[in-house]
Amino acid sequence: MNYLHNIGSYFLMIVEMFRKPTKQSVMKNLILKEVEDLVIGSLGIVAFISFFVGGVITIQTALNITSPLIPKYLVGFATRQSVILEFAPTFISVIMAGKVGSFITSSIGTMRVTEQIDALEVMGVNSINYLVFPKMIAMLLYPFVISIAMFLGIIGGMAACVYGGFSTLEDYITGIQLDFIPFHMAYAFIKTLVFAFILATIPSFHGYYMKGGALEVGKASTVAFVWTSVVIILLNYILTQMLLS
Amino acid sequence: MINVTNLHKSFGDVQVLKGISTSFEQGKTNLIIGQSGSGKTVFLKCLLGLFNYTKGSIIYDDQTFTDLSEDEKRNLRSKIGMVFQGSALFDSMTIEENVMFPLRMFTNQSVSEMQDRANFVLKRVNLENAQQKMPSEASGGMQKRVAIARAIVNNPKYLFCDEPNSGLDPKTAIVIDNLIQEITKEYNIVTVINSHDMNSVMEIGEKIVFLKDGEKAWEGTKDTIFRTDNEAVSSFVYSSNLFKKVREMYLRS
Repeated sequence: MNYLHNIGSYFLMIVEMFRKPTKQSVMKNLILKEVEDLVIGSLGIVAFISFFVGGVITIQTALNITSPLIPKYLVGFATRQSVILEFAPTFISVIMAGKVGSFITSSIGTMRVTEQIDALEVMGVNSINYLVFPKMIAMLLYPFVISIAMFLGIIGGMAACVYGGFSTLEDYITGIQLDFIPFHMAYAFIKTLVFAFILATIPSFHGYYMKGGALEVGKASTVAFVWTSVVIILLNYILTQMLLS
Repeated sequence: MINVTNLHKSFGDVQVLKGISTSFEQGKTNLIIGQSGSGKTVFLKCLLGLFNYTKGSIIYDDQTFTDLSEDEKRNLRSKIGMVFQGSALFDSMTIEENVMFPLRMFTNQSVSEMQDRANFVLKRVNLENAQQKMPSEASGGMQKRVAIARAIVNNPKYLFCDEPNSGLDPKTAIVIDNLIQEITKEYNIVTVINSHDMNSVMEIGEKIVFLKDGEKAWEGTKDTIFRTDNEAVSSFVYSSNLFKKVREMYLRS
């Protein structure tokens, strides 16, 4: 029953997010601040992880190709497919659920505990629109982060491949150009946009509706991370089934 | 004017407010007093619409709170100023930005006009040199004064204060009390103050509502409170020796 109640409350929050919008001049500044906190602030960790995980994918693939009949350029092909289809959109999103999600839950949760949300409501401000809507709009730039993750993942793979002596640069470049299907990019970005919405709203929900004090803010952050990850993984399965099969 | 009739509020099986009826007039400082756990904060939050009450009615001038749509409630709330017990300042904004916030949200004033107004109210609460500080850099007393400045910056029609003097030194507390009373008279607003501070009761209590165990146990003014024979009020208000002596002196004179 509690799960159903939470799911209902979540969708009511989504509806409320679009009602009585905050003044445009105020909202513009809020969105810019969220872009800085949620998107630009995440670029460093995303770049670091993408580069090295791209390298690891390449090494793992190369080491598992033992048959001399399999061409070396397949290392680049496998890296591209892994990075574009799954690693960048899905696993970076799970990492972002920890980084961005816990930031959103703890910042909104602290506002709840310290009565700042009550203050907004008493003033007549739609607090859900004020707090959640700019996060959702800022996360529309999330595909930009994932593009960087894709690019650096492939570059990391290339560096590991060439400097690790697994194949030549020409083979790797041949591999990443092999049988390229443009729809795979569309599939990745459709997933990314859905995950961006989840990343902005589920942690906000857990922060906004939390009860208690400082300890509960920490607990809410953990619960938000778990549920955001679960929903991302489930939606990943559903979207893959719908779009690729 | 705010009219409250037969207000009930329960949390599960626990009945916190048990049929409170009272009214708060314009241009008067109305105080709600009572022991911790008597239901003062719940009563205030029901008045503000932060809690949905179980039974009864709250009428703001000619508007019954429960009959209003969400948007109408928000419009009504934009005419309300509120000072929270913990100040509830926005951590990410400077003191000046905190005070300017209601103006930014509900007026079309230019930045310089908003700054002028914010600086004016900050001066009234003796904080003219703290505009660029962050709330975390301000003391508890300063934060409370910023919260008062924020509550009055947009000339509210109704002003609610939850323990406005907690954490303030006696001198500043009197300044704040007088400031609230001045604003109440100047703008002819309805002011409702939740207070434990007996100095405030004696200083600005033009109407006092005493709550006990979720019920209205007594209602009067700062003058009638001296003469009341209500045991519950007397034991609460005159619990300190100083106030007992003050009362004796008042009755003798």
